[in-house]
Amino acid sequence: MAALFTKDTQAIFWNNNKSAIQRMLDYDYTISREKPSVAVIVAPTSSNKFEKFFYGPSEIMVPMVRTTAEAATMFPDADVLLNFASFRTAYDVTMEAIKIEGQFKTVMVTAEGIPERLARVMNQAARDAGVTVIGPATVGGIAPGAFKIANVGGTIENIVNSKLHRSGSCGLVTRSGGLFNELSNIIAINADGIAEGVAIGGDRFVGSVFIDNLLRMESNPEVKYMILLGEVGGTEEYKVIEAVKNGQIKKPIIAWCIGTIAKHFSTGVQFGHAGASANADAETAGAKNIAMAEAGIHVPKSFNDLPATIKEVVADLTAKGIIKEIAEPELKVVPKVRKAKEFICTISDDTGEEATYAGYPISTVATPETGFGIGDVISLLWFKKRYPTWATQFIETVIKTVADHGPAVSGAHNCKVTARAGKDVISSLVTGLLTIGPRFGGAIDDAARYFKYANDNDMTPKEFIAYMKSQGKTISGIGHRVKSVRNPDLRVSGLKKFAAESFPSTPLLDYALEVEALTTSKKDNLILNVDGTIGILMVDMWRALNYSEEEIDGFIDAGALNAFFVVGRSIGFIGHILDEKRLGMPMYRHPTSDILYSVEKAEEV
Amino acid sequence: MAQRAIREYDGKAIFSKHWEEYFSGFHYSFKSVLVTSGKELLEKAEEHGFEWLKQEALVAKPDMLFGKRGKNDLVLFKTNKPGDVTLADAASWIDEKIAHTTTLLSGQHGTLTHFVIEPFTPHSQEQEYYISATTVGEDDVLYMSAEGGMEVEEGWDEKVNEVTIAINMSDADMEHAVKANIPADIQDKDKASFTSFAIQFFKFYRDMNFAYLEINPIVMLDNNEMAILDMVARLDDTAGFMMVDEWGNIEYPTAFGMEDQSPEEKAVAEADSKSGASLKLTILNPLGHVWTMVAGGGASVVYADTIADLSEANGGSVSDLANYGEYSGGPTTGETKFYADTLIDLMTRHKDAKGRNKIMIIGGAIANFTDVAKTFTGIIQSFEENVEKMKEHNVQIYVRRGGPNYEKGLKDIKEAADRLGLYIEVYGPETHVTDIVRMALEK
Repeated sequence: MAALFTKDTQAIFWNNNKSAIQRMLDYDYTISREKPSVAVIVAPTSSNKFEKFFYGPSEIMVPMVRTTAEAATMFPDADVLLNFASFRTAYDVTMEAIKIEGQFKTVMVTAEGIPERLARVMNQAARDAGVTVIGPATVGGIAPGAFKIANVGGTIENIVNSKLHRSGSCGLVTRSGGLFNELSNIIAINADGIAEGVAIGGDRFVGSVFIDNLLRMESNPEVKYMILLGEVGGTEEYKVIEAVKNGQIKKPIIAWCIGTIAKHFSTGVQFGHAGASANADAETAGAKNIAMAEAGIHVPKSFNDLPATIKEVVADLTAKGIIKEIAEPELKVVPKVRKAKEFICTISDDTGEEATYAGYPISTVATPETGFGIGDVISLLWFKKRYPTWATQFIETVIKTVADHGPAVSGAHNCKVTARAGKDVISSLVTGLLTIGPRFGGAIDDAARYFKYANDNDMTPKEFIAYMKSQGKTISGIGHRVKSVRNPDLRVSGLKKFAAESFPSTPLLDYALEVEALTTSKKDNLILNVDGTIGILMVDMWRALNYSEEEIDGFIDAGALNAFFVVGRSIGFIGHILDEKRLGMPMYRHPTSDILYSVEKAEEV
Repeated sequence: MAQRAIREYDGKAIFSKHWEEYFSGFHYSFKSVLVTSGKELLEKAEEHGFEWLKQEALVAKPDMLFGKRGKNDLVLFKTNKPGDVTLADAASWIDEKIAHTTTLLSGQHGTLTHFVIEPFTPHSQEQEYYISATTVGEDDVLYMSAEGGMEVEEGWDEKVNEVTIAINMSDADMEHAVKANIPADIQDKDKASFTSFAIQFFKFYRDMNFAYLEINPIVMLDNNEMAILDMVARLDDTAGFMMVDEWGNIEYPTAFGMEDQSPEEKAVAEADSKSGASLKLTILNPLGHVWTMVAGGGASVVYADTIADLSEANGGSVSDLANYGEYSGGPTTGETKFYADTLIDLMTRHKDAKGRNKIMIIGGAIANFTDVAKTFTGIIQSFEENVEKMKEHNVQIYVRRGGPNYEKGLKDIKEAADRLGLYIEVYGPETHVTDIVRMALEK
């Protein structure tokens, strides 16, 4: 059996417990782990996509999802679930995790007071699935120098003081989490630290018990001897005694059961955990301590003598050459004062030798011989991906197609009026851009959104038309003022031709054309217009690039389609503004003859 | 907490509430009242639905979690002959019992306060059976016997059949196992109905999250009429949040004969219930001279163990240990001060009989989250307020603690005690957690 955790072990952390996660990452930094020990956070009620944490002096983003299943899909190698759900939901979270086949090796459950029957079902289900449950009601465990669960070891200063930053020789198992820390400290003072440690938890029914952990440690070559801190109540210690007697465990064990005080008080006083109540003589701490000593386990006279016993056993093992000197590793020190960054940038970086676009130095994308066009730059800076040529060409085609539509459209008109009022290029351009919205340019967005919605929900073209009618909406992307079936819009023809030749497939366009067949049968000019074609083909492009439907919806909601229109049309707007500057036309005043004045005297109220 | 005993009356109320769902085909008339005085019983008899109290012969017994009520002569079922107890008899019997202290054969003593009154059920010994279920190790075990009543406890091994039911056993397998283990000496005419009752009993025990459920005896009358004559039940109270409707209003009474909590213990329990932190206090011997203020559940046990061990080794006894308790889970400064105030108040009430100093152990393991300096601020404030009393009783303070901000905490408490003129020794994580007990007791 291998060690419980390695330096590559990654966990899925259920619940966004920031301080516990931060402590894990501080630990990771201190011991120079390559990957953070928390791969992803499951936060069922959060809509954030990540959470920021310090990693040493800098910061990292840990992704955040809503379900364990999503987390498992994202990180198939994360085989530890740190279940920090409350006692009300911890059972469901564990059961769901166990059912994800082949994902989890270990589930740690921190909640205290899970209903006993549920805990038993959970523990049994985990055993059947070959999943080790640590807990419930535990602070967790640690493989020093490799992986630390949540709050084990307390502060980073204490971790270093207790030598929990690197592997030692001891395998430690306790019930109590509070004393786990203390024992680590005792072992650091009197020996060379621990190789692996688990606090099994204080509830009556816990998943892995003393013997499970000790047997694993017996076969872990890093562990040279074990320390077991038991408790009054239960009979788990007898399984350990049995394993020592029958030779399953050969490494030395030092053990002590706390709660010897209980024998002095007949009833009523509960000393310790829920699991800690002796129902028979054999379950008292005293009886267990005697039985363990008789089996050859090293049992001190009292807890206060534990350090002396440890020293003795370790001295013996050292003399025999079993425990060897440990070279102390170099540590990275987590800064005491850290400030969270206010802004995050994930697209470009100007802090290196040369500024980059999504990792590409500008010089490698700028000049013609690089082969990068403006479509490539957009794909890098907007989507952080290098798109294939057909896609970047499509982006460029869109930009060229929407660059201008004459001086009469409202945006261009505003630009011209502002320029004639003597304003500069930026002010003039902005008045045009501010016009872009639901009525001007917005049809691209809406066409993509509604056609995709209909297609996602398996509506037939007929159902889609009926649906839009029931919503009281015209179909965005359908209809043209002058163009018709017999007098087609050549821009649309061009886009369709390009898509047919270059796109791997165009399912949404195919669907839209079926819709068009129906609408044009009613009225000749209800054709798929240029806005509709662009929006729909963008969706087809992203689908062909293997984005998930959720990601594509995200692009549409974020306004990416509008953004293509903004970039393209800015070219035209600037053209109109420069045109006005060149012509030197005077201030524009709208003729009063073109305004219907219909003003009545205000009523007094 | 975990497994907690409930009153017989409450247990029967849960049965009654779910009877049709689990035991359809059997009849159970939940005729039972819980009262605390004869007067209350007489008033109950005037209420609609409780006419039977006046019409039927009655049985009255205390309902206070202890068993062997028959052997303790605490079941009123006859004045002259069985089945002749009237309402008036029961009321005066109750009033007589609550008027003085009762001592059980076990030696427990106290005042009886709660009684359950039910109709007298005439039946023969043959109609009495035994059934119970509980958790043993990781499994559930169903116990069944053809002999009910007090008899079953004598010769348990011969008389009782056990069925071990693993947590993941299917209903079909469970039913099969129960059927295969029905005691042979159950009367033939009852065998089929006992079997189906036993199966349903187990499901009820399981689904209702009982930790222990015993009916002894269960009486099978004619026409599938069941009488639950005596019942003992413990619930797994951690399931409470999902059993609100199933259990109804449940209280967990203190065991009979346990001394009532002192006002100080009650005040700490009250503060605990209102706090996210954990505050616990049990007074073991108010005259003891070693008082502990220990952070953390595990550490508090270890300190109590060590004080008992080392007291005996140093010529004292376990009675030197005055209290057991803990404060943990990040209590506020105010909560810590209140806890320290309570302890200092208790330890300065009596002079030690042998003229020894009072020892205050402020102990704790290395904390995970708790800010040591912050909690120590509360203790220091308490020192400042109680310094005169502490000096008068020669309180000697021994501190050992680690965890977040412990250096400042230890420095602050040392400075405060020195400034106030209190005897103090202060140690950090480099000193073994319980070694201050040795230092204090060897002195």
